[in-house]
Amino acid sequence: MPLLAVRDLAVSISRLRPLDGISFDLDKGEILGVVGESGSGKSLTAMAIMGLLPLIGGRVTGGTLHFDGIDLAGLGENEYRRLRGRRIALITQNPMTSLDPILRVGEQIDQVSRMHLGFSDSQAKKHSIELMQQLRVPEAATVHGQYPHQLSGGMKQRIVIAMALAADPELIIADEPTTALDVTIQAQIIQIMVDLVRDRGLALILITHDMSVVAQACDRVVVLYAGRVAESNRVGPIFASPRHPYTRDLIGCISRPGQVRGSLKGIRGNVPGVLDYPPGCRFNPRCDLAQMVCAEKPPEMEVDGASMVACHFSEGAR
Amino acid sequence: MRHAGTLVKVLRTTQGGVSAAFLIAVILCAVLASWIAPYAYDIQNLSAANQEPSWIHWLGTDEFGRDLLSRIIYGARTSLTVGVVSIGISVLVGTSLGAAAGYFGGTFDRAVTAVVDLTWSFPEILIALIFIAIIGPGLHSTAIAISIAYLAQFTRLTRSQIMALKTETYVEATINLGATHGHVLFRHLIPNALTPILVAAMLATGDAIILEATLGFFGLGAQPPTPSWGAMMSSGTATIFIAPWIIIFPGLAIALTVIAINLFGDEVIEALDIRARLRDS
Repeated sequence: MPLLAVRDLAVSISRLRPLDGISFDLDKGEILGVVGESGSGKSLTAMAIMGLLPLIGGRVTGGTLHFDGIDLAGLGENEYRRLRGRRIALITQNPMTSLDPILRVGEQIDQVSRMHLGFSDSQAKKHSIELMQQLRVPEAATVHGQYPHQLSGGMKQRIVIAMALAADPELIIADEPTTALDVTIQAQIIQIMVDLVRDRGLALILITHDMSVVAQACDRVVVLYAGRVAESNRVGPIFASPRHPYTRDLIGCISRPGQVRGSLKGIRGNVPGVLDYPPGCRFNPRCDLAQMVCAEKPPEMEVDGASMVACHFSEGAR
Repeated sequence: MRHAGTLVKVLRTTQGGVSAAFLIAVILCAVLASWIAPYAYDIQNLSAANQEPSWIHWLGTDEFGRDLLSRIIYGARTSLTVGVVSIGISVLVGTSLGAAAGYFGGTFDRAVTAVVDLTWSFPEILIALIFIAIIGPGLHSTAIAISIAYLAQFTRLTRSQIMALKTETYVEATINLGATHGHVLFRHLIPNALTPILVAAMLATGDAIILEATLGFFGLGAQPPTPSWGAMMSSGTATIFIAPWIIIFPGLAIALTVIAINLFGDEVIEALDIRARLRDS
């Protein structure tokens, strides 16, 4: 049984339906990349798993979410709160603003283990410093007593990760954890997270819009477009033979060494807002392969082993 | 202490330094009144009534021959105590109400906001007078009436601070990690909102001293013989042409104290750079 099983998840915010038909599985020790442009529903998926939709006035209106056999949709707020941070932790997008400016960073990590594991002050501090050392924070004991404004962005992100790990969760959802960081730090932070998953047998959902991050870190990928799954597969095959035109375009956005100047290609147009989802395949207005049928009929999800794709003209079906 | 640097910065400015020195002097008068006052505040000597300032009575005597300097020194005790206690109650209750309203929203927030807006539309003195009319005059009721009069200000300020802060990423981040409402409120929101609240409290203390003096002037505050600057001014009105010092010196004490509080508060606002946060309440 997978640790996290998401089936046909649909999310509504008042009368809008920004997400529907999202399905994926995640096992322990696995890293799942959730990829898509801004507005494709990545963060909303994360919030749905964390039970945070009520904060933005949304709710799950279809499908099921199972975490370690627990039906997440049936949890009350209090039960959910005990799960958050303790068994499922969310790392938010911006480390610069994810720390309370007037509390020492160590205290902010300590709080989590005190709250969930019932640690005493000194136990929590010891635990936090060990964690910071594992995250390669230099002079962890000193940093433990510093304020956020005294730390660099990369260091703050490590603190944020340490907060997420402080209560030993089994599933971590990292929502664009490196977007706000320097390129040089990004690779380091991703590597730290990959190592953590491997060492501790955690499961990680890495939300990103950067296919190169996926290539570096993930085992499996779900490509979201406009609130639906476009394609999902293991990392190897998806890069070797992408079946959905959107996946191919995303991969085309990665720069390669030795690339001819000016040949890096973007995807024309923008992700439609939830009010202007086009009929048929939602990618059809931007797709180079679009035919009449694409604008008329939403494509069925073709499932073939680990590979899932929703396209009328999917390539390389095995 | 994260504000120690700010305090040093304020004290280094002329305005901040001078006003702080004056305020410390007033506070010392209030605390040490029984040791530094040359006479007891209630010893009458009708044969020495309405005397002008002299070496025996530096600031002269009032209509009962009581030493004015001693009464002003003791009066500092009344004014400061009422000011600090009433604003203290106001801050405590107002912050709790405002924090709960701003954080939880909903019906409770609408109810609190309605009451606050209602009282906000009356001048503080009117609210204080209404409550004294209900609970009767005296020092305790003055303090309670003043604290009620300033309740709206602190509730509004806290509510707006909390509403702004609760959308901060670090607040969401702690909720994401399973923090309870209490934890979010007391560990993150209120501490972050506290600086402008404390500065507003300091400035309001000055206003509260004036309000206490005003109520005292109308005979609704401290009852004789307890010295209160406002009541002393009131008794001086009768003799304003033959013994003007009786009304002038308590008036000066009120004016200088309140000016010093305001000047000091201005410097603190400048040093903390929070003028905008205070205004948007």
